[in-house]
Amino acid sequence: MDEIILIKLGEMVLKGLNRNVFEAALIRNIKRRLNYLGGFDVKTAQSTVYVTPHEGADLDEAVERVSKIFGIAAFSRACVIKKEMPAILEASAEYLKMELLAAKTFKVETKRADKIFPLKSPEISAQVGEYLLEKYPHLCVDVHNPDITVRVEVRDFGAYVHGQALRGAGGIPVGTGGNAAILISGGIDSPVAAWTMAKRGLELTAIHFASPPYTSERAEQKVHNLLSRVSEYSGRMTLFTVPFAKVQEEIMAKCPEDLFTLIMRRFMMRISEQIALRENCSALITGESLGQVASQTLRAIVCTDQAAQMPVLRPLIGMDKLEIIEISRRINTFDISIEPFEDCCTVFTPKHPRTQPKLEELLEAEKALDCEALIEDCVNNVRLTKIYPNQ
Amino acid sequence: MGEIYLDNSSTTMVCREAADKVMELMTNNYGNPSSLHTKGFYAEQELSAARQEIATLLGVQQEEIYFTSGGTESNNLAIFGAAHAMRRRGNHIVTTMIEHPSVINVMNQLEKEGFTVTYLKPDGSGNIQPEQVFRAVTPHTILVSMMCVNNEVGTLLPLEAVPAAIAAAKSPALFHVDAVQAFGKMPVKPGRLKVDLMSMSAHKIHGPKGVGALYLRKGVHLVPRTYGGGQEKNIRPGTESAPLIAGFGAAVRALPEPGAQLQEMARLSAYCRQRLTEIGGVTLNSPDGALPYIVNFSAGGVKAETMLHYLSAKEIYVSSGSACSKGKASHVLTAMGLPRERIASSLRLSFSRYNTFEDVDRLIDAINEGLSSLTKKP
Repeated sequence: MDEIILIKLGEMVLKGLNRNVFEAALIRNIKRRLNYLGGFDVKTAQSTVYVTPHEGADLDEAVERVSKIFGIAAFSRACVIKKEMPAILEASAEYLKMELLAAKTFKVETKRADKIFPLKSPEISAQVGEYLLEKYPHLCVDVHNPDITVRVEVRDFGAYVHGQALRGAGGIPVGTGGNAAILISGGIDSPVAAWTMAKRGLELTAIHFASPPYTSERAEQKVHNLLSRVSEYSGRMTLFTVPFAKVQEEIMAKCPEDLFTLIMRRFMMRISEQIALRENCSALITGESLGQVASQTLRAIVCTDQAAQMPVLRPLIGMDKLEIIEISRRINTFDISIEPFEDCCTVFTPKHPRTQPKLEELLEAEKALDCEALIEDCVNNVRLTKIYPNQ
Repeated sequence: MGEIYLDNSSTTMVCREAADKVMELMTNNYGNPSSLHTKGFYAEQELSAARQEIATLLGVQQEEIYFTSGGTESNNLAIFGAAHAMRRRGNHIVTTMIEHPSVINVMNQLEKEGFTVTYLKPDGSGNIQPEQVFRAVTPHTILVSMMCVNNEVGTLLPLEAVPAAIAAAKSPALFHVDAVQAFGKMPVKPGRLKVDLMSMSAHKIHGPKGVGALYLRKGVHLVPRTYGGGQEKNIRPGTESAPLIAGFGAAVRALPEPGAQLQEMARLSAYCRQRLTEIGGVTLNSPDGALPYIVNFSAGGVKAETMLHYLSAKEIYVSSGSACSKGKASHVLTAMGLPRERIASSLRLSFSRYNTFEDVDRLIDAINEGLSSLTKKP
C-alpha cells in the first residue's frame, strides 16, 4: 500500500497577504529536513501539504522529522488509493487492520473535498462502516466515543485512509522571524529557551562560554549534543565558543567576590552582543527565569540587562522549573542537560552571591578591569562549530 | 576457486572498516571511556559515535542504546530484567516456540521462578498469525517477547499485532523483540512498532563477535543482571569494550542502504530457491515471504550433517539448523510439524552482501553431485 504524509498548516493560515511567504518557508524547511531520506515530493494544495515518498524512502523517519518542524498544526500518515469505492473499502479494512482488531468500537468520518465524487460524505461513511462490520464481526459502531475513528478523505489527487491525526510541533516556520543568538550553558534552561524562540520562527545562532582548564572537553561536547537536539527543530546553526577563563580569572582577582557572577554575566552580554551584531542577529536569547538563582532576581536582571543595547529575549522568565523540565524532556534535551560536568557558570561561584545588587556598585567594581581589551580578546578568539541534527 | 561462505546467519566475516576500527582502538585510541583525561574523552567519543550510528539506523535516541556482549546477553538482560521489574503487575509471559535458545531457555528458567509462559505455535510454513497473539495476551501479561525474523527458516513474525493485542487486553505488558537476524538487513523501527526492548548483535552484520546492543525505550524500567561501576547507566556496568563497540559502529556505518540491499538479496534468494527446486527431492522449508537472507531446505534423504561435511570438503559452508544447537533436531522445524526425515536432512543457507549468483551456481552443482554420490538412508 502506498503511503503519504498529509500536513495541516498551523497558525500561519491566519496570516493575510504574506501567507505565501510563510508557506514557502515551511516547504523549504520540510524539504531540507527530509533530505537524504531517499527522496520525497512536497507540494501544497487545498491548505494541505502532501509529502509523497519515492520508492524506498524512509517514511518512518520522515514522520518523526515532520513532527519536529514548526508551522505544522497536525499531520497524518495515510494510505493513498484510487478514488473508487472498492479501493476505499479494501484500504479501510487493511490499512488499519491491527487497530481494528484491537478496538471494540469504531466510527467512520469522511471528508469529501472533491465535490465531483459521486457519493456524498455520509454515504461513503455508511458504506465503509458496513464493510468493516462485515470484515470484523467483533466491532460495534459508536459515533460518540469510539475506540478508533477511521478517516476517509476524497481529495483532488486521490483518496486517503488514515486513523488518528497526530499533533504537529505548532509555531511558525523557522526563518520567518529573523535571527537571534542564544546564550547556551549546558544546563536545562537554555536549550528550552532556544527551542521556544525557534518555535516562533527565529533562526538561531548559538554562543557558549568555555573556561578550560576549569571546564572540560566533555562540557563542550555536551553543549554540541544539546544544540544538535535543538537543531532537530530549529535547523542547523552555528555555534561560537568563547574562551572565557581569562575574564573569569581577572574578575576573581580584582572585583568583590559577592559581585563575581553579576560582573561575569555582564561580560557575557557584552561579548555576545558583539558576536550577534557581527552575525546579523537582532536580539539575544537567554534561559533566565525570574528568581531561579541569585543572578536571576529582578534587580540582578536589571543590572545584566544594562550591559547590552541589544534586546534580550527571555522566553522562560515566567516559567517554573518543573514547567521547563517538562519541555526539556519532551524535546529530549533533559538527559543530556543533567550530565554532571562543570560549566563556566559553576566554577568560581561565590559563597554568598548578591541577590539585590545596585548598578552603581557594579559599574564601580568594573573600573578595576580593562573591559574593552578583555572583551576584544574574547571576541577575536571565538571558535566556530557547525551544528547539525544528529540523525 | 575460493571458499563460498553461506552461513552468514551464524556469523559473518568482519568487514575491513570494522576490523580497522577495532585495531585503531586497541593500539592507539585505547583509553578507558570513563577516564576524565583527553585519552578517555576520545574513547568515549568513539562509543558515542557507535551509539549514534545504531540509534540513527533504528530512528531512536542515542541514550536508548546500551552495549552488551552480544545477542544472548541482550536477550537475557531484556527478558529477565523486564520480568523482574514487572513481577508485581502479573506473572504471565507470551513468546513463541520458534525463538532462539537464548530466549527459550530464559523462559524455561522464568517458569521455574513461578512465571507462566505461553508459547505460540507456528503453522506448517513457520508463520504465526496475529489472531494467535490477540488470543494469548491477557490483562495479567507483563511481557511479550517475539523475534523479528526466525533464524532457521527466515519467517517474519507478526510484530505489529503485539502492541495492538497488548492495548486490546488492557495489559501493562512490555514488548521485547529479538532482532538479531533482522537488524541491518531490513528496516526495524522500534518507534513505529511500539517496541520497548530490542536485542541486536554485531557479528551478524560484519562486525566483531563479543558485542551487541539492547534498545531500551526511554522511561522503561529494567532490573539489571550485573552490578558495578555505573557504565551504561548501570543497566550493564563494567568497563566498556571500546574496540569492539567502535567496530560495531563501523560495521553499521558500512552497511549499504537497507532498502536497496534487501531488493538485491531478494533477487539472489529467488534465484537460489528456483535452482534448488529444480533439483529432484529438494523441498524448501522457508515459507514464501521469508526474509530473503535465509533459505532453509531439505535435500532428499541425505542426512544434513553428511551433506554439510560433503559441501564443506568443497569449501562451501552451510549450516544444519542453527549453528548454536549442534546435532540436535531443530526445535523450529519440529514446531512447524515437519516430518522427521525432512528435519533430519534440513540445511540452512544464509547470505550476506558478499555473496554472488556464481556462489549459488557452485552450490547447486555441489548439491547435485552430492545427491548422486552420497548413500541415502533407506
